[in-house]
Amino acid sequence: MADPTPILEDVRARLAGRGGLEPGPRPGDLTVRLRGPEELPAAAAELGAAGLSLATLAATDDEATSDRDVKVRWVFEPGGGAAPLPDVFVTLLVSLDPARPELPSLSPELPAASWHEREAQDLFGIVFRGHPDPRPLVVHDGWPRGLHPLRKRFDAGLRPPVEPAGEFPHLVVEGEGVFEVPVGPIHAGIIEPGHFRFSTVGESVLHLEPRLFYTHRGLEKRIEGLPVEDALFVAERMCGVCSVSHALGFCEASEQIAGIEVPRRARFLRTLALELERLYNHVGDIGNIAAGASYHYGTSAGQRMKEALQQLAEELAGNRFLRGLVVPGGVRVDLTAGLARAIEEAMAATAEALESLVERIENNPTVTDRLDATGLLPQRDAIALGVTGVAARASGVDRDARRDHPHAAYASERGLQVSVAIETDGDVHARMDVRAVEARESIRLVRVLLAGLPAGPILAAMPGLLPPWRAGLASIESPRGAAIHWLRSGADGRVDRYHLRSASYANWPAVPIAAQSAIVPDFPLVNKSFELCYSCTDR
Amino acid sequence: MLTALLRSLRTGVVTLRYPEEPARIPERFRGAPRPRPGAAFDALPPASVCPSGAISGGDGGSRYAIDLARCVRCGRCAEGPAAEAIELGRRVELAARSRPGLVVEVERGGDGRVVALPPPPPEAEVAERIRRTLGRSLHLRHLDSGSCNACDWELTALLNPVYDVRRLGVDFVASPRHADGVIVTGPVTRNLETAVRRTWEAVPEPRVVIAVGACASSGGIVGRSYASAGGVGEVLPVDVFVPGCPPRPEAIVYGILLAVGRVRATAPGARAG
Repeated sequence: MADPTPILEDVRARLAGRGGLEPGPRPGDLTVRLRGPEELPAAAAELGAAGLSLATLAATDDEATSDRDVKVRWVFEPGGGAAPLPDVFVTLLVSLDPARPELPSLSPELPAASWHEREAQDLFGIVFRGHPDPRPLVVHDGWPRGLHPLRKRFDAGLRPPVEPAGEFPHLVVEGEGVFEVPVGPIHAGIIEPGHFRFSTVGESVLHLEPRLFYTHRGLEKRIEGLPVEDALFVAERMCGVCSVSHALGFCEASEQIAGIEVPRRARFLRTLALELERLYNHVGDIGNIAAGASYHYGTSAGQRMKEALQQLAEELAGNRFLRGLVVPGGVRVDLTAGLARAIEEAMAATAEALESLVERIENNPTVTDRLDATGLLPQRDAIALGVTGVAARASGVDRDARRDHPHAAYASERGLQVSVAIETDGDVHARMDVRAVEARESIRLVRVLLAGLPAGPILAAMPGLLPPWRAGLASIESPRGAAIHWLRSGADGRVDRYHLRSASYANWPAVPIAAQSAIVPDFPLVNKSFELCYSCTDR
Repeated sequence: MLTALLRSLRTGVVTLRYPEEPARIPERFRGAPRPRPGAAFDALPPASVCPSGAISGGDGGSRYAIDLARCVRCGRCAEGPAAEAIELGRRVELAARSRPGLVVEVERGGDGRVVALPPPPPEAEVAERIRRTLGRSLHLRHLDSGSCNACDWELTALLNPVYDVRRLGVDFVASPRHADGVIVTGPVTRNLETAVRRTWEAVPEPRVVIAVGACASSGGIVGRSYASAGGVGEVLPVDVFVPGCPPRPEAIVYGILLAVGRVRATAPGARAG
């Protein structure tokens, strides 16, 4: 792993005099308490110049504490430069007046900041001065002004009435032959809800405006005040097909706070679960890309592979989405010899079926013609928007949290160094190819994990309540990319604030860009090639 | 093309024969929890053990109830010493026509033992109902009212070659106007409430509403809040509740078949709701 010292020294030198420097949230990380909100744009620009990019924004309402403020934390991570990147996070912390929380927007210079700021505006009432697009994001029409659910004084039982909505404000494209095509939020297939407003000329997409957050369930409010052992089950249900990743991110953040060392065998089993989750997602997604290209043999082949792996998941964890396996302190059920054999057999069957499917797709010009040069995401846009996971790697961005922010048993163990798959075309085909290469790598990793599984306990004792007022931070490579978990304990040792920036959250703003190189009938294909969750975006 | 055909022939039929044959349940499957009749009543775990608030009673009282609609199947109530008092069921056929039908209630017997009340419906009647309705076709519009997508993916799995729900005359259609009903996943978020109502209104009558999963059945782990109505029943008249987090594909098939029985019982043209 790369040494974080040079980048931290560079950051310290650049930010000297702008605020107080202290370690945290993790011992090797750096937090900068800025002297005031006006320091923020210059400080963020210095971090950008030092090669850091935006990871997440975590706001907290500390009005009722002795700090009597609202805090905004901009969390950055190394983004540029040659891989491997050092495992470090740099946080810019700003303290705001809780009665009038206001600070300059970073979005004009940092497009990746846009959604984070709009979300904090809705949920905390923070004003980001100079934001180029301050429309509400998370709360939709008819939500009363001045009511912000993540402020502590917001009554969790309050249910403002749903009022009829007019047209949602969006960019209107004018000109001869321009039509608007509204799609959703309820779609024609079995998919999650989102609204897409296409402006088209003929079949060509001129502009796509998505509106998401229909599945906003208020889960970050729901989880506040819960002890970690209960909160886990909420975090695990932020998303169905990222259940393991999200449970693990929550657990690693809480284990950091508690100062718990997870047993080695448990770390192996967690890694195994993560790779099985990635594998069932990736093979299913390749099948769904085939579906988007109307190649039904491929759809069925992908579905069958996914189904077999989900049946395996149920054998292992008692749940087809591997729920209930990862718990704070370790894992809840152990691997038996019989299960290890079943996993080996499933890997062999999946490997064979995967090669057969990929070969069939690659040799089928009617399919590849749909995939090539469709849904282009240029590398510079992927970087500017902070895109992650398969979508980033298919556009030549060499980042993978398994290598850059090692978690579970990655990097620290023999044979578990992940070979990161990179493509440069940035189209649907490249995203499919990255998935195929990653699926093979997952099979390799699963075999290494089974062969080298150490003996020992699977669960460390976890305190029922956490030490008060501590923060934890974890980045987990979910099937869709890096999911960043920020957790803080409260005075009572329960969850005070938990924020999840899922991979899908980071990637959604890239979809409209990719749609511009597609025709309307290819949009489902483009969408399936990103395969983003709505639920862990909306929470 | 030819090799694909050969490969398909070599693979043979992968489709399960549910419901003619029972669902294959793995050993570790965490099904619906149930207090063991005859176990010591005081050994039942406290209500606080449940992260979704599905347990009520105990705590010195003489009644104890588990709401299977709220239960997210985490299995925590049957862990450790509580395993003596709670068992995890292995049946997937749990769908019910009413919310009370999903509450398992027991009381403290004179000898301090768990006594079940009322008894679960006899298996034979359930099997008969399935047989009676198997021939009926049902076309459903999926309606995601804010699910975590696990239930959605299990609905997708119904169309895969293993479950192939179309063999039972059941299919998912693109428009509510082509549908006999809606199959709803999620607790009904605030941002979707209007869309949920409008989609249901667009389905011609008589129409069925099937709530799939803990969130749709009761709010589940999400509960009721500024962002969630706390279940489909708060917004639409639900005909069948399919509990689980998520329910297995066979459990959803069972719920759909139960719903078909409801349509047959309704007089032609009558409002199914």
